[in-house]
Amino acid sequence: MSLIRLEKRAAPSRTLAALTPVMAVIATMIAGGIMFAILGANPLEAIRTIFWDPLFDPQFGPYSRPQLLVKAAPLILIATGLALGFKAGIWNIGAEGQYIMGAVVGAGAGLAFYPSESPLIFPFMVLAGGFGGWAWAMIPAILKTRFGTNEILVSLMLVYVAENILASVSSGLLRNPEGMGFPGSRNLARDYPAASNTEIIANTGMHWGVVAALIAVIFAYVLMTRHKMGFAIRLAGEAPRAARFAGVSPSRLIIFCLGTAGALAGLAGLFEVSGPAGQISIDFNSGYGFTAIIVAFLGRLHPIGILLAGLLMALTYIGGELAQLMLGMPAAAIQLFQGMLLFFLLAMDVFANYRIRIGTPEVAT
Amino acid sequence: MSTPYLALEGLTKAYPGVVANDNVSFQIMPGEVHALLGENGAGKSTLVKMIYGLVKPDRGAMRVNGATYEPANPHAARGSGVAMVFQHFSLFDALDVAENIALGMDNPPRMRALAARIREVSEAYGLPLDPSRRVGDLSAGERQRVEIVRCLLQNPKLLIMDEPTSVLTPQEVQILFETLRKLSSEGTAILYISHKLEEIRTLCDRATVLRLGKVVGAANPREKSARELAEMMVGTVLHTPSRDTTAPGEVLLTVNDLTLPAASQFGTTLKGVSLELRAGEVLGIAGVAGNGQDELLGALSGERLSAANAVTLSGKPIGRLGPNARRRLGLLAAPEERLGHAAAPEMSLTENALLTGDIREKLTRNGFVGWSKARAFAKKIIEGFDVRTPGTETAAGALSGGNLQKFVIGREILQRPTVLVVNQPTWGVDASAAAAIRQALLDLAAEGAGLIVISQDLDELMEISDRFSALNEGRLARAVPAKGLTVDEIGLMMGGAHDMHEAHAEDSPRTAQEVPA
Repeated sequence: MSLIRLEKRAAPSRTLAALTPVMAVIATMIAGGIMFAILGANPLEAIRTIFWDPLFDPQFGPYSRPQLLVKAAPLILIATGLALGFKAGIWNIGAEGQYIMGAVVGAGAGLAFYPSESPLIFPFMVLAGGFGGWAWAMIPAILKTRFGTNEILVSLMLVYVAENILASVSSGLLRNPEGMGFPGSRNLARDYPAASNTEIIANTGMHWGVVAALIAVIFAYVLMTRHKMGFAIRLAGEAPRAARFAGVSPSRLIIFCLGTAGALAGLAGLFEVSGPAGQISIDFNSGYGFTAIIVAFLGRLHPIGILLAGLLMALTYIGGELAQLMLGMPAAAIQLFQGMLLFFLLAMDVFANYRIRIGTPEVAT
Repeated sequence: MSTPYLALEGLTKAYPGVVANDNVSFQIMPGEVHALLGENGAGKSTLVKMIYGLVKPDRGAMRVNGATYEPANPHAARGSGVAMVFQHFSLFDALDVAENIALGMDNPPRMRALAARIREVSEAYGLPLDPSRRVGDLSAGERQRVEIVRCLLQNPKLLIMDEPTSVLTPQEVQILFETLRKLSSEGTAILYISHKLEEIRTLCDRATVLRLGKVVGAANPREKSARELAEMMVGTVLHTPSRDTTAPGEVLLTVNDLTLPAASQFGTTLKGVSLELRAGEVLGIAGVAGNGQDELLGALSGERLSAANAVTLSGKPIGRLGPNARRRLGLLAAPEERLGHAAAPEMSLTENALLTGDIREKLTRNGFVGWSKARAFAKKIIEGFDVRTPGTETAAGALSGGNLQKFVIGREILQRPTVLVVNQPTWGVDASAAAAIRQALLDLAAEGAGLIVISQDLDELMEISDRFSALNEGRLARAVPAKGLTVDEIGLMMGGAHDMHEAHAEDSPRTAQEVPA
């Protein structure tokens, strides 16, 4: 019989639930520091390079600071959508695929009118990008509501289908006719002003995707706290039978949550392809759709939490790149470091839900 | 006077924030049937857990036959002759009776010998059991026999029974009582825990009453009325539900030959259910758990859809309407399972008020929730139905069962339903709260609503029903006037009594064809 036991709390501690992300970040720093030390780097220097230098280093800061918003925007946009589904117990793991399809459909819509100079081109691309992600997410949604398939598997498998479509169009349908046969579309950001997602304020990294992410956060916050749909989402996640009793239709909820998450992921893809990435290429996607899952949980599935978590995760991306550059860290070590964050977050959750008891249990069985 | 078999001396057990047992002393004589009475939370289960070695007392002593008795675990308790039949059975459906019994024994004999012993003991005590039948095929009453026989095989000197009749039909209760009387005549003491006072009055020799962890009295239950016993338990004067009977009005709700396949593997299929409910009438539906109660409620609440004409409300076909559309028309429901079905345990009472109150109380506008309105509605329920809670923002799961039940029933009643369907309205609720809930239901009927009350508590149904029916394996018996029904007639309606005769009636062992495919 063990001396340390976990005892379930009657109600999860709210203070601890709010504190767990902070505790997880600290634990990640400690465990990550140990890993960096084993890899032969000074742990304090590595942690500083990841968390401090991107923002405040006089040499790198001016370059990295705008990057923070550029990297955080797609993460926040995607994670906000995913969190709606996760709250309701609908597990969309395929945001990466929805992100790719948003970029492909959105870029395709713009390229179809090349070289138009109409101011309507970019708004039209935004709609098309959202539609592409939405339509891709409708596949697991409809399969689930009609045939009861598992949305985790279907949405995940569709990521690989989307990757193949991406590879196909970048060397076929959307290939730059003036690209001398190289795969990849025309560069929207550089060569097609009407279709380009420009910085709104120069040198801040503030592009339309950042605006969209902020709007999405506000929209999600209002939805979850004020709207019937948000209540239905929370109810379905916490007590599915009670949700049915309250008249919530599971099918409508699945379609809404997967559709919204897909549309937001599609928008993220569109803003990325028309701005920071510039073009459709075989290696266009960079894992935002998967990292956003970590961001959603790190932010406690709460819109404001996701906003902060997205910024933090973006920081580890930029800082990680800096650490690769400055300290010669392998890329895998940085990914491991990010993985630790999710691991510790889930582990710390135990403390919010359970109380630790030391001593022999009184119930003898 | 001879030495008591078990003597409790000043037992005290405290948990953080609550003293479950405070200086509890009483004695159980050999061969005595001793009732332990008390409301939910009075400390009955903590007390028997101490006797059965599951919990260690903080203070006080126990003696068995005069010798110090400090069981470290149930194994030690069984060694001293104490056996217990729990309210919830711990049986494996996939194993047969003999295998289940062997699993619960400390030193099981060989299977063949065990099977013979089971047959012998079960017939000696009027509890026929076929050792080779699979437990999954047994009725609740037969499962309980398995538990009892398992105890009897160890020759207990004290048998603790926790709410043994809650799953039995009246006929099964009679058989059980015969067995218990026989055991007691042979010198086995029985500690009988129940809140069914009439049963205690027929069966028990003595009763000890617990309230808030303390012994507040002892009585000979045969000399007290059920009302006096209840008042000892509650500590206040009980209010008996009353109503002015009115002639039933027009037909509100009909169910016409409703057949609905089970929603899950463990569900029950509703088979050709028909009923008619009139304004101002209470239709009581009895039945042993798992005979289609949940399914019937789901079909009426709109959680399960059926053919349009299978359910009608005031002449309108509503079989294809969902829960909110039915609420709009005035058909409300309160399911049995409070946590996770009638209410979301981790959500606040305000949110739980919104859960069903949205439509009729107009708590949302253009899809946006009016939280202050929802809070006001929750407050109205809390005040109107005496729900004990720190406030409207407390999580539903933090309330005691009885308080949450008052909230759930109050939430529906305050929405002025035309027809209200409730399943187990007072399950796990203390006597005074149960009386308040029944009165509220009767008041609603007196105002002209039609009520369907599904319950396993026959006393409750007889008290409030105008007409009476019963569910058995998904079939609903034809409703008859409740007045003048005898226990035998009720038992026949509840069915399941087909193989509940005493030992001599059991002749052909059904073995070979019962083996699962």
